[in-house]
Amino acid sequence: MRRRPLRHLTFALGAAITTLLVVTAALSLVYTPSDPLAMAIAWRFQGPSAAHPFGTDQYGRDVLSRIMRGAVTSIAVGVIAVGLGAAAGIFIGVLSGYTGGWLDEALMRLIDAVQGFPAILSALLFSAVFAPGVAVSMVAIGIAFAPAFARLTRASFLELREREFVVAARALGAGDRRLIARHILPNTLPPLVIQATTSFPVAILAEAALAYLGLGTQPPNPSWGLMLKEAQNFLSLHPLFAVFPGGAIALTVLGLNLLGDGLRDLLDPKTA
Amino acid sequence: MRRLAAFVATLFFVSVLVFVVVRVLPGDPALLIMGTEGSPEAAARLREAMGLNRAIPVQYADWLWRALRGDLGVSIQYDVPVARLIVSRLPVTLPLTLLAACLMSVTALPLGLYAATRHRRAGDYVAMVFSQIGIAIPSFWAGLLLILLFSVRLGWVQSGGFEGWSGGLWPGIRSLLLPAIALGLFQAAVLVRATRSAVLDVLREEYVRTARAKGVSEALVLGKHTLRNALVPIVTVAGIQLGQLMAGSIILESVFALPGLGRLALGAITARDLPVVQGVTLFVAACIVLINFAVDIAYVILDPRIRYD
Repeated sequence: MRRRPLRHLTFALGAAITTLLVVTAALSLVYTPSDPLAMAIAWRFQGPSAAHPFGTDQYGRDVLSRIMRGAVTSIAVGVIAVGLGAAAGIFIGVLSGYTGGWLDEALMRLIDAVQGFPAILSALLFSAVFAPGVAVSMVAIGIAFAPAFARLTRASFLELREREFVVAARALGAGDRRLIARHILPNTLPPLVIQATTSFPVAILAEAALAYLGLGTQPPNPSWGLMLKEAQNFLSLHPLFAVFPGGAIALTVLGLNLLGDGLRDLLDPKTA
Repeated sequence: MRRLAAFVATLFFVSVLVFVVVRVLPGDPALLIMGTEGSPEAAARLREAMGLNRAIPVQYADWLWRALRGDLGVSIQYDVPVARLIVSRLPVTLPLTLLAACLMSVTALPLGLYAATRHRRAGDYVAMVFSQIGIAIPSFWAGLLLILLFSVRLGWVQSGGFEGWSGGLWPGIRSLLLPAIALGLFQAAVLVRATRSAVLDVLREEYVRTARAKGVSEALVLGKHTLRNALVPIVTVAGIQLGQLMAGSIILESVFALPGLGRLALGAITARDLPVVQGVTLFVAACIVLINFAVDIAYVILDPRIRYD
């Protein structure tokens, strides 16, 4: 087999970009070049300068500071949405795969139905019934992820349910809860962890899209998607304003995808 | 038959989900629609008109029965049937989705196949770098950049709006072209990767080695032995993507100011036009479930080894 120099490069590049993202987000909580919410109308639409490396927006707010703080929004929504989706999906998957029978059948149809609701669609519905906001986008994105987690968990449970070590534990008198928590669930973790890693960049893209549509993070809070929505109104006058937030999204997603690919290659050499 | 029963059951759950979110979760939909301005008497009248003082299962059965006959209620904002509004917006959303799907397929399938045949050589790496970049770019940003380049800088096309189909095929397609490119880019990048790995999997099979050993030409090995077998996983991915393209068109309609389903629903949110949002959501979700069902059926046609019992 030939050596593949790009394999570790993928991982290293992904890790570097992801570290940059996390450091930026953490740093923005204690320090930003300017206050991301402070308006200064006199200084609106400044080009890049030493004081404002990425320029200022239509209210004179510092774009760099807003992008830095926007990283916090992206990470928070991403982590919570993937967490919600994983929790709901794993719960359904355990119930479905462990019990089987008509309940399994019904839950799988429910999962098929949930698959008909991409994040945008649930966000539309929730925004109409409640009010658009960051909570709506977290729940809507989480719902969109639930089916994948449910299917993976169910498949592992179906496979592991009949294995010797599970049958042995049951024969020794282990109850359902102990069998699930101690014996089966830990063995289903690797594919679930990979699923969570690959879901995270998708969640960040979805958050940006929902904020862009006005269904997610609301002004004046900085979100990359929201910044692009604002930038669109001034596209012909200040094109750079639309370039930086979009670049931040693309770089972040690229980094996370590379990290995920690299991780999978390193953990599972068979599929590489 | 079994698949059909499962499909109907799935559609049933779709309708339950929409109903629960709209009618049950908010507590009182009448107050939701009227907001804070309505008087208690007006709210009571609306409740009566909407049938909200009946038991929830009865309301659901009634709502589902109407929906099955194509009655999705009446828009509060426009005072016309929701179903008619949806049909009037389809000539934008459907062509946009299909155009994006076409662009995605004609670029991604050959590129994925090419990358697989150049596995771990320069061509493969170039294709993979492009697909990584494509996956990282959000569709609405791609749309903004296309507007920036083609309308603001070059002035070749207008930045948005829809010219309709009355002036012939070309003006309509022209106003959908940029949105379709932006919409298809991300999914094309995903499909390149899926195609590449599906083809690579098949190329490792014994029968491919046998065919090559027999002296079958490389073109025939790829075209006849590989592609047909790689098609099942590719169709799976492409099917899921068609649903995502339809949902994604909601975003692109917003970027390019196209009067489609997505803009209808977004406008309805600001106007508190609940029946419209409910109708559009139900319609799009049902379409996506239908596409997934069609993919299941396509499996059996593509690969006779797969049987559903």
